[in-house]
Formats: sequence, C-alpha cells, structure tokens
Amino acid sequence: MVRLITHNLLACHVKGCNSNNFPLEFKDVQIELREAEFNPDFLKGFMPKLEWKALVDAARQLGDTSLPLELPEMLDDDFLKNLHHVLLEIHVEEGTMTCPNCKHEYPILNGIPNMLLAEHEIG
Amino acid sequence: MSRPELQAPPEIYYGDTEAKKYTQNTRNQQIQADMTYRALELLNLPPDEPAFLLDIGCGSGLSGEILDEEGYIWAGVDIAPSMLEVALEREVEGDLFLQDIGQGFGFRPGSFDGAISISVIQWLLNAETSHPTSSPPHRLNRFFTTLHSALRNPSRAVFQFYPSSDDQIQLITSCAQKAGFGGGIVVDYPNSNKAKKIFLCLFVGGGGPQQQLPKGLEGDEEVDRGVKFERRRDRERGRDKSGKRKNVKARDWILKKKELYRKRGKEDVPRDSKFTGRKRRAVF
Ligand SMILES: C[S@@+](CC[C@H](N)C(=O)[O-])C[C@H]1O[C@@H](n2cnc3c(N)ncnc32)[C@H](O)[C@@H]1O
Ligand SMILES: [Zn+2]
Repeated sequence: MVRLITHNLLACHVKGCNSNNFPLEFKDVQIELREAEFNPDFLKGFMPKLEWKALVDAARQLGDTSLPLELPEMLDDDFLKNLHHVLLEIHVEEGTMTCPNCKHEYPILNGIPNMLLAEHEIG
Repeated sequence: MSRPELQAPPEIYYGDTEAKKYTQNTRNQQIQADMTYRALELLNLPPDEPAFLLDIGCGSGLSGEILDEEGYIWAGVDIAPSMLEVALEREVEGDLFLQDIGQGFGFRPGSFDGAISISVIQWLLNAETSHPTSSPPHRLNRFFTTLHSALRNPSRAVFQFYPSSDDQIQLITSCAQKAGFGGGIVVDYPNSNKAKKIFLCLFVGGGGPQQQLPKGLEGDEEVDRGVKFERRRDRERGRDKSGKRKNVKARDWILKKKELYRKRGKEDVPRDSKFTGRKRRAVF
C-alpha cells in the first residue's frame, strides 16, 4: 500500500545519507489499482508538498503518463482527477525502493515497505 | 501481570495471537477509539482543510480506522508485522510502513499536517526491540528530531501514552523539547483512577491558531460515553464477522482499470497476478 503520495515524501533515512537521497527508485514493482474518494480540496492543499518531477517520473515508471512535465498554472478538473489517480489510487504491492545515494534497498512486501535499518545504518 | 512493554519487545509481544486478541476485543476497540477522538480534538486542526496525518505506532489500525472515518488521509508506521497484517486484513485506507520509530523517520520536511500516537511511546522507554538499537534517550532524541522535521510549521503531534513514573514523563518531555517542540502534558480526568488519561501535546512553531496548551477534561467520564458507543455500533455494523469491511472493492473493478490503462496505450501495465484484488496477507 505504498502509494505515490507517500513515496513522494519519503527520503532515505540511513545514517549519514543526507543528500541525493530522494526519490527512492522503484524496482521490480507490482501494482494494484484501487478506487479512492476524489477530494479536490485535499489535492490542492497537498500540492505545495509535492516534488513535481519526482512524482511525474515515478508515475511514468508505474505506467501512468497522465501528468504534465511542468506543473500547470490552471488546476482544472481533468488535471486534478489525474493527480488524484496518481497519488491515491495506484498501490505498489511488491518490489523494492532503492536509495539513489547509498543504495540501501527497502523491500516492499504485500504493500508494506520495510524501513528497518541495520545497526551500522542507524543515525 | 506487568505492563506489556515490560514483558517483551513490541514485535514479539504483538505476535499473531496477541495482535488478533488485541484487535477483536470490543472493550479495547472502544478505549482506543475514544482516545483517538480525543487526540484529534487536541490536534486542533484548522477546519475545512483536509489534512494528511501520521499515525505513529498504528498497530492493527484501531486508531487509523477513526482517521478513515473522519475523512483524513494518513500514513501509519509500526514495528510489529503481525499487527500490520491485521491492519491489512481490516483494509484500513492509510499507507503502512514496517518501521522502528526509535530509528527515526526519513520523511521530507513538512510532510505531515499533524501526527497522532495512541498507546505507543511508553515502548520507547522499556523493552528493547529485537532489532539493532541504542539507549532509550538516544532513540527518543532520534525519534523526536526526525518527527519534528517531518511535520509542517505550524502543526501539532498528540501522543496518548502510559508512563510508569514522573521520571519517564520528564525524560520524554525533555527529549521533545530538545528536538524543538513546544507544548506539554495534558491530563484528562486526573482524579479518576480508571478514566485518567495522559496526553503529550507537542507544538511545532507555536502549534497553530490556539497556542495555549489545551486543558484536560474534568468530571465524569461516563456522561460522554453514550454518544461514542453509538458511533462504535455504527462502525462495527459495516464489518462482517471476521472484522473485514463489507463492500470491499471488487476484483472486477481493478481489472477494468487495468484494461483501461492498456487501451490508453500504456505499456508496462503490471500483469494481472492471481492476487489482484484479493485479500492481501502479509508474510514478512
Ligand atoms: C497498544 S498498541 C496501539 C496500536 C494503535 N495505535 C491502536 O490504538 O490500537 C501499541 C503499538 O505500538 C507499536 N510499537 C511499539 N514500539 C514501537 C516502535 N519502536 N516503533 C514502532 N511501533 C512500535 C506496537 O507494535 C503496537 O502495535
Ligand atoms: Zn541512502
């Protein structure tokens, strides 16, 4: 149940891994699509938190090309519906997320990423 | 029996059997629900702005179900695989993570509009986990520092917890302060042995519109009760015997969406696994 809404907020938390540690890269993923309630106000409020490029890239990697490369100025309904789908309806069920910097792999099993660190990785 | 956190590490204590027992116990459901409602009240979120919340030590989702019900979008972290497995079975809406909060978070600055934690942080003071770990103060510092940065400014984090001494309260609040939080302790029903509840109510950057520490509840807890029991009955009505939610999304719907994807010419649409739309079981 990692969705892109949380993937977009998640950086690597291994000790000393403080730069170039976002976004985590998906590998060997299986996804499921599940409907969620459309809430335009939530989406608008959430947009300032997003790293747009990371979101577009991750969505494309998961097979969704509905988002424009540049954040549009006008937030029309079509755009918000696509954003809704990308953020909240695509569930990554299996696979791994790899830190681009330290290469730590966070495995995803049954939709749950394992964020536990080894002893030498704890800050 | 001594308190759970004195008996075994959390992910051992909350093994398969205890996770089920804990979640199915209706009295426990009621208590966790009541405390979650109260924590939300103390969070004092701006009205009409749908919030994104973190449930710290979300367990099997008893607190998260209240967040779903109240329309919040949330993510939850917990160290016990068996608890998370029950949360999957109960089909809570939040994104779940297997994580030891004593190791800290990796969420980007300002990710969450608020955080709640119901009956969890006493664990940070007690039994070790079976994962690599360090001393309780070190774990508390790491936890509060990374949480503070993951929260938006201004916002709040509210923790209901079970301290076993004033020293523990002292240690926890001083670590929170060191991490940059304001706020403090709120005690509900301080004069009732049974109803007394302790909340740590932390502020980032003043904590929002009302900067004062909220007052604890006084008087007679039973009076509030009737209403909430009603709410619980409503909640349970939506579940079948095994605790699963009724009207779960049909496999059909998912397949339809995948077909739609393919039609729209999207490559790399993941293959339909035989697990598509099935109840997911966690095997860690
Ligand atoms: C009493 S349960 C509460 C669960 C849920 N908040 C509720 O209200 O039902 C306590 C939870 O804290 C979790 N926990 C304890 N120590 C933890 C840690 N270091 N990191 C993450 N979760 C932890 C346990 O696994 C357990 O699920
Ligand atoms: Zn890293």
